[in-house]
Amino acid sequence: MRRAGRVVLIGLAVLLLGFAGFLAFAFRPEIAAQASVPSLEPAAVEHGRMLAEVGNCSSCHTTPDGLPYAGGLAVQTPFGTVYSANITPDPETGIGQWSEEAFRRALREGVDRQGDHLYPAFPYDHFTYASDEDIAALYAYLMSQPAVPAETPANRLMFPLGFRPLVAGWKLLYFRPGALTADESQSAEWNRGRYLVESLGHCSSCHTPRNALGAEERAEAYGGAIIEGWYAYPIGATSPAPIAWDVDSLTQYLRTGFVEAHGTARGPMAEVTANLRNVSDEDIRAIATYVASLMGQAAPATADEAAESEAPAAPPQTAESQVVPAAATGQDVGAALYAAACSSCHASGQPQPFGGLDLRRSTALFADSPQNLINMIFYGLPAAEGEPGPVMPGYAGAISAEQLVALVDYLRGAYTDRPAWTDTREIVDATMAGTTTAQIYSTDGVRRDPVVPEPRTQ
Amino acid sequence: MTVTLNVNGVDHTVDAEPDTPLLYVLRNDLELNGAKFGCGLGQCGACTVIIDGHAVFSCTTPILMLEGRQIVTVEGLGTIDDPGPMQQAFIDEQAAQCGYCIPGMMMRAQALLNENPAASEADVRRALHPNLCRCGTHIRILRAVLRAGAAMQNGGAPSGAAS
Repeated sequence: MRRAGRVVLIGLAVLLLGFAGFLAFAFRPEIAAQASVPSLEPAAVEHGRMLAEVGNCSSCHTTPDGLPYAGGLAVQTPFGTVYSANITPDPETGIGQWSEEAFRRALREGVDRQGDHLYPAFPYDHFTYASDEDIAALYAYLMSQPAVPAETPANRLMFPLGFRPLVAGWKLLYFRPGALTADESQSAEWNRGRYLVESLGHCSSCHTPRNALGAEERAEAYGGAIIEGWYAYPIGATSPAPIAWDVDSLTQYLRTGFVEAHGTARGPMAEVTANLRNVSDEDIRAIATYVASLMGQAAPATADEAAESEAPAAPPQTAESQVVPAAATGQDVGAALYAAACSSCHASGQPQPFGGLDLRRSTALFADSPQNLINMIFYGLPAAEGEPGPVMPGYAGAISAEQLVALVDYLRGAYTDRPAWTDTREIVDATMAGTTTAQIYSTDGVRRDPVVPEPRTQ
Repeated sequence: MTVTLNVNGVDHTVDAEPDTPLLYVLRNDLELNGAKFGCGLGQCGACTVIIDGHAVFSCTTPILMLEGRQIVTVEGLGTIDDPGPMQQAFIDEQAAQCGYCIPGMMMRAQALLNENPAASEADVRRALHPNLCRCGTHIRILRAVLRAGAAMQNGGAPSGAAS
């Protein structure tokens, strides 16, 4: 008994020592609060504004109906809900008391002014690569914003993740603060693009799959991931785009959110491209140069298909080609639905954006997940307020689950040579039930609720 | 191809091409001219009807999708002699100028109120977003929908007096 008791006591002591050691390891000192915001150079503020557009800061730190950078956006993660911080210079509820040193530590090391670890929903694993000058400019820009008193809601994370020192363990496994070293074998433009993409752009935060602990799978960098109800396509060597992207098409897409050979951004990329509109042409081209190099050379087959499908689909030449199969059951449902509901726009031969995208060019059809295609058919692409833009009617109230599955599977088989999707029914059910919701964005990057009061539930 | 559509509680067997939009069948085959053609693209809402409880653009819905579905048009909300709460509310608020958008507005509003008769003005504004009105009677339409909601909550008793 006594011996067992001693073993237990020693075991407890070891645990306590280990825990204390871990706490010591996780400890970060508080940085003194600054009394007032320092004077800001206009040039730095302007440079910082441009960097904030690249970093897409507002998409997390501004709620759809909130004031700029006042935070409070609920970010859903597999571990619970994290709320974005108020990064206006408000002294009580924002970062008004943060010196530049505190701000730099937050971006470089993921630690706030008080010494608490930040959850990696804030992508400091990318911001750590930002240069001193850029961090200083970003600081100047944020400090120049109007201060908004807005308390950030408390996070709702699964136990025990509310205990912030645990993040130090995550960082030990998955995070190394550091800097990018230029690749001398590449052009200055490529290096500039790499810097922007890997640091503030944090593109792989969405476009790379994550492991069970929420860290990016480095081995599958840019391999695509489901985020916010949309599938962020692979943008590396496994890009599914039927026509290969190049520097020119990527530049146009990033600047405008639209390019004829690929379609239009109406998911979260709409917000990204809306922000990039305010970034210099050189920087956008640099980003495009780097991303195009990630994608590598187009495979010969793709290049041939690209040449062949450059011309829009010819309009139907005879009445026969417009006859809809009479059967609305069994195998032909998908074909019948396409012919009846979709082909009038999508096979019209009208150039983008007046006609529907020629489906032979649709990345959504070639991707590994049918989620984006289902989103578009189900919710449609509503018009933007007071500005022209591509639109598509949604079929949420009219189409049943069986019909949507049939249509989606038919399109995959008819327009691609890829293997059939195996999870169509599951994704259709989740989308129809509202378990998976996707935000539709206007072409100006403004979030638009899917314009459906309630989708069908069968 | 023949399709059986249940419209306003009555089964109709219609002989039309399977890709014919529901709007055309309603107007041409069934002579239910409430739903209107405004754009043919699902962008204006003048063609809105209710299918299985959901407001839908009938101009982009081919009848091939609709075998066995329950379709409700504005004619199903009431008659000239016995208007339903929605129609009575629109009369009371004098919410129509040219009237072209009105059946679509009523159907989308009815779908909302069927789910939530206590819908707030913000709910109504959001729900009616897909329906356009070019004459500018939006404020009256809003008042009419809220009035219909109140009437439905009071057991459907329509208010007789104009406002």
